[in-house]
Amino acid sequence: MGEFEVHRVRFFGLVPAGPRGGRLALARTDGAVEIYNFAANYFQEKVIPGNEARSVEALCWAAGDRLFGAGLGGEITEYDLSRLCVARSVDGGGGPIWSMAANSSGTQLAIGCEDGSVKLFQIVPGGIQFERNLDRRKGRILCLSWHPLDTHIAAGSIDILRVFHVSSGQTVQRIMVNYHVHKVKRECIVWSIAFLSSGTVVTSDSFGRVQFWDWERGTLLESHTVSTSAVLSLSVSEKEDSIVVGTSTGATYQFQLLPVKIGSLEKRWVRTKPFQHHTHDVRAVAHSSTALISGGLDAQLVIRPLMEKMQKKGYEAALRKFTFPHRRLVSCARKARLLLFQFSQHLELWRLGSTNETGKDGEVLPLCRMPEHLVQLKSKGPEHIYCSCVSPCGSWVAYSTASRFHLYQVQYEGDSVSVKKVPKVPKLLLPAYQLQFSADSDSLFIASARGSVHVLQLLEPGGCKHLHTLQPPSGCPEAVYLLAVSADGHWLAAVSGDWAIHIYNLKCFKHHCTVPTYNCAVTALAIHPITNNLVIAYSDQQLFEFSIPEKQYTAWSRTVQNHGLHKLWLERDSPITHITFNPKNPSHILLHDIYMFCVLDKSLPLPDNSALLMNQSTLKQLPETARQRQLHAFKICKKFQPLLFADLLDENCLVMVERPIMDFKTQLPLPIQQKKFGT
Amino acid sequence: VTDQKPLGCWSVKHGQIITCPVVCNFETHEYIAVHDDKVLRIWKNTDINLDKVFKATLSADVYRIHSLPYGGPTVLFKGGGVRTLDVLLEAPQQEIENVISDEVIKWSEAFMDGEQPVLIFATEKDGDFFVYIQKLKMSSLHKYKLEQQELSKPLSFTAYIKNQIITLLCLYSNDSVYKVLIPLQQNSEEEEHILSKSQLLKLSISGNILKGTSFVVLDKDHIAVLGSLAAPGEESKEYLTIWNTKFQTLQTSKELPLATSGQLWCYEEKLFFTHGKVLTVIMYKCETSSLAAAVGKHKDSQTPDVSSFVNWNTLADEELVVSFRSQESVALKSESKMTLRSKRNTVAKVQPDPLSVGQILLNLKDTSTTVFEDELRQLISKARMPDFQASIGCVVTALINRCKTNPKYYPRNFLLHIVQTRDLSYSLCPDLMALALEKKDVHLLQICLQRFPDIPEEITYACLKVFLSISEAYLQRIDVNLESVICYIDIEFNNKEVKSEIVENGFNAELEQDIWNTKITDKTHLTADGSFCPVGPQKAALLNAVLHSAYSETFLLPHLKNLPAQQAVLFLRYLYYLYVKSSEKINITLPGIRSPTVSQIMDWMCLLLDAHFTVMVMLPEAKELLSNLHKFVRAQVRFYSELNKIEGSLRELQRLNHQKDSQTYSIEVLELI
Repeated sequence: MGEFEVHRVRFFGLVPAGPRGGRLALARTDGAVEIYNFAANYFQEKVIPGNEARSVEALCWAAGDRLFGAGLGGEITEYDLSRLCVARSVDGGGGPIWSMAANSSGTQLAIGCEDGSVKLFQIVPGGIQFERNLDRRKGRILCLSWHPLDTHIAAGSIDILRVFHVSSGQTVQRIMVNYHVHKVKRECIVWSIAFLSSGTVVTSDSFGRVQFWDWERGTLLESHTVSTSAVLSLSVSEKEDSIVVGTSTGATYQFQLLPVKIGSLEKRWVRTKPFQHHTHDVRAVAHSSTALISGGLDAQLVIRPLMEKMQKKGYEAALRKFTFPHRRLVSCARKARLLLFQFSQHLELWRLGSTNETGKDGEVLPLCRMPEHLVQLKSKGPEHIYCSCVSPCGSWVAYSTASRFHLYQVQYEGDSVSVKKVPKVPKLLLPAYQLQFSADSDSLFIASARGSVHVLQLLEPGGCKHLHTLQPPSGCPEAVYLLAVSADGHWLAAVSGDWAIHIYNLKCFKHHCTVPTYNCAVTALAIHPITNNLVIAYSDQQLFEFSIPEKQYTAWSRTVQNHGLHKLWLERDSPITHITFNPKNPSHILLHDIYMFCVLDKSLPLPDNSALLMNQSTLKQLPETARQRQLHAFKICKKFQPLLFADLLDENCLVMVERPIMDFKTQLPLPIQQKKFGT
Repeated sequence: VTDQKPLGCWSVKHGQIITCPVVCNFETHEYIAVHDDKVLRIWKNTDINLDKVFKATLSADVYRIHSLPYGGPTVLFKGGGVRTLDVLLEAPQQEIENVISDEVIKWSEAFMDGEQPVLIFATEKDGDFFVYIQKLKMSSLHKYKLEQQELSKPLSFTAYIKNQIITLLCLYSNDSVYKVLIPLQQNSEEEEHILSKSQLLKLSISGNILKGTSFVVLDKDHIAVLGSLAAPGEESKEYLTIWNTKFQTLQTSKELPLATSGQLWCYEEKLFFTHGKVLTVIMYKCETSSLAAAVGKHKDSQTPDVSSFVNWNTLADEELVVSFRSQESVALKSESKMTLRSKRNTVAKVQPDPLSVGQILLNLKDTSTTVFEDELRQLISKARMPDFQASIGCVVTALINRCKTNPKYYPRNFLLHIVQTRDLSYSLCPDLMALALEKKDVHLLQICLQRFPDIPEEITYACLKVFLSISEAYLQRIDVNLESVICYIDIEFNNKEVKSEIVENGFNAELEQDIWNTKITDKTHLTADGSFCPVGPQKAALLNAVLHSAYSETFLLPHLKNLPAQQAVLFLRYLYYLYVKSSEKINITLPGIRSPTVSQIMDWMCLLLDAHFTVMVMLPEAKELLSNLHKFVRAQVRFYSELNKIEGSLRELQRLNHQKDSQTYSIEVLELI
């Protein structure tokens, strides 16, 4: 198979932001909103990049699939999930918004504001309309919950929780939550609240308590102290028999409504399962029918399946942690040996180092040139960067924010680097979701909304021209999120949010064909430089090879489908995020996810489930003759973790971009100090 | 019972009263009833009218009739007299003696002990309770008095017989069940034993008291109690409960909302009681009592226990024969005999030799010393017997018994030989070390300390005391195993002599000065700095054997407190010497075989200081030793804290080294096959 010179890059200083919010939609502290698709193996299928001016304190789904967010900016924002941008936003009129909740029928939104008001908005087609204020008192409303019958709203504030009658707008109950703690002068913040259909109101507060109240009588039913620090978040299962809470120590707890005795009708809430998956505040929890989902300030999203709801051990039953985005934030200029790192508001361009030495497996070679940070490009304005790309020759850099597209020409003269902005870029439908330069760096492809791809021609010195806009013949409401271009510049593959893969002929700018629909999200795709076969990785870990000239799946792809992939391969929990090829070895496909790098050799047999999938270390111990029988197509290397990006620079030179978790953990705010034994 | 249909019904004439429970004679299938205290009626299933059946009028009032399988019905009269039915029917009007004068029978029960029926009954008089045991065939009657229990008296009795012991369980009015053991084989005709009882169970369910009314024994670990549970503030409810007496746990309970008659019977794994107007039958099954079952964690495993370890019962048997005849409690004795019956058969099959070790030993009891020893030698040189280990124990015990009876006899070498060549343990021959202590056989004690894994702390201490008190001169003459000291002590010993020579020659002025000073003061000062061994090599070897033995601090400490002060100081001095000696080496160990480890030295030092803290403070000669010891320990602590620092720095260095490879950029070689 041969040896690679691996450029092990660890200077990509990405710090993921912590999530907050609910359900499948997740907002990070930097304002980004991510949509995870449970059906597609929890693939992070949509990302709406954040905006410095727009924090998201609350997210809720309403009126079907409409997603609303509200934040300390005081605005209620509706997101356009097909264009992945803000559709419209309305000022709440009550100062910073701390909480928002939609009623069960999805027709009304209630927001809790800094000024102590709870405001109702009507959800109408094409927007929301202010309806009225409920009874206003002092004190910010930190959390809200509708009664499942939509008759009442419970709102948590500081030291107090209130219940409003929706139709009259009157406060029908006030409950002092710190009533039972006389001596403590600290204020008690009700961080989270839930209204159960039985009339029980569940609160979690800064004293570490989870309390159950009878709202009509205003009495405390049960109180559970789960933590010495605050319980920040709370979520109730749909059946109202289970509650998950998240604390500021990073622990989550499950409460279950269980009969006092077997067969008894009397039931009580019992704290059943503690989990400690986070190191920092658990800012958001959600309770799906089969799993507890928690997001913490340590930037992790954890999906913890409830084993009692699982019928069998399998992909669904595994604990899942998401730390890194499921998309590419790094692009590589192969010929120029440059790396472009995309941060939320700036780009960094680095030149890789080099060595003159060679060595054996595992050796670290002495550097003759150190890596060099060439340029930092800062994006102006509050908008975060959607996508970025560097051309293979390294002389072009492009990026896009929600409203602007930038193209730069980078010139290298000896050691000095100059960056020149290309003036008068054509006005296009923005934002761009993916940028891709052609192999010869002559043109740039811009993935855009409604399934369209713009083709720009790059002109020396420092100019560009809009050549064409490619669109699927039948139209498409969703934006294109992945692009792949063939090395000969003949073909372009584009994946839109509805997971359809359209292939265009670039010679005549015509739609060539559509890859047969597969009911799962595409996570990565690439076109082979020699055979022009399109290799597609799906979020269910399936791999397909589609011959573009022949408009059909290749024989190898059919073999893979007949034979089936190895069980361990299918059970991996992070998607393939990048595919590339080795031109010198046409049978090789190079792919990677967060935890492994794999060279797939199509000339070798596929492994059976009984075979060892990760067999590299075994193979290395075997004598040359014995190896032959053990070889299989998947050559997996797990040495580099977590792997954000891997690419082939030339035939025996790889670049791997790692982001050790410890490196960014040190940059996160300190967690609450916890007494541990022996410290 | 769902379908209760009487199979037969008989009634006495109006005005007559049935005065005791009707029984069935198992052999003839006849029913026997007593009405109006004296009139006996006997009939069969086929008889319809009770008036026309056999009738016999007796001369005394009947208390109860007991029917036993194979034993025939037995009649207990209210006066305590007992007759079998056959005897009684021969002459119904015979005179029945009154054995209990004015005591009143409260309860009675009959058993079969092997072939003979045994009747037990309890009587009361003025608050005192008595138990009578009547063996019918031997017509022997024993009377016992039940131990008094303040403020409560027995309400109900039940009993069972096992291994010739009657276990009498009494339910007292203080809601406890007591157990009384009554041996059947009581030959002495003393008048009125007092039976002591032990509390078996307190009938309390989560703090509430179960007022028991009647109870039965289910098996050796389970009893069923019928009673009412009175929870505070609630109406009391009647419950049938099953208790595990071994672990004092309530196994199961059943609420009986309708009243019961307060009576409970048990027959063939079924419990019978009246509940409301019906007779309720409950099948029960007691699983083998285990802790797991008692705490409710028993898994229903049906695999029978197959034990394949050494047969300790045979040992118990032989020891019984040889020495422990009188010491064993009657209960244990009979129990082991019972269990042995089967096992001895299997042993006999393997070993056709009709003479067991025990019997040989018994035969040898009165032979001459030489013959005795020869025989024993032969015995232990025999090829491995199935229970060889146990036999050796018997042989040693026999030897020791002989020594005890004959104070002049002490087979030192023979005993040494046995201890050295066989894997003995303390518990196999507990008298051996005591004897050696008595005879001051330090060599044997040393070997025992080295070889026995289970010496009690008391004996360890006794050995220590003997070793410390024996004079060096006496030890010089004795052969002791010196392998534990030879590697470090002899050189020192010579050095000491050499040094004194130097002093005498006066080579070094400074040294001379020193020595002069020390010569003036006590000689102990010379050794107080820990560089000279305060004891001779023999004594050191013996002490090392003590240091090596296993002990538990809690048990050793009280004994160690009794060590005379001088001996304690000497021992501490020796320990100090060992400590200094061991810290000379880089690996802090003493050379040689079986030399004490530094942790053993430390532990004993701490223990000794703990035990003699006040003495050490007061004793003038201990003062300098303690201060030297303190200095030395302090120096060591400082040294180790420095080492700690170095270790920390080294670790940090290693960590930094480690970090180096996780730098931000490197070019590495990766080979994929």
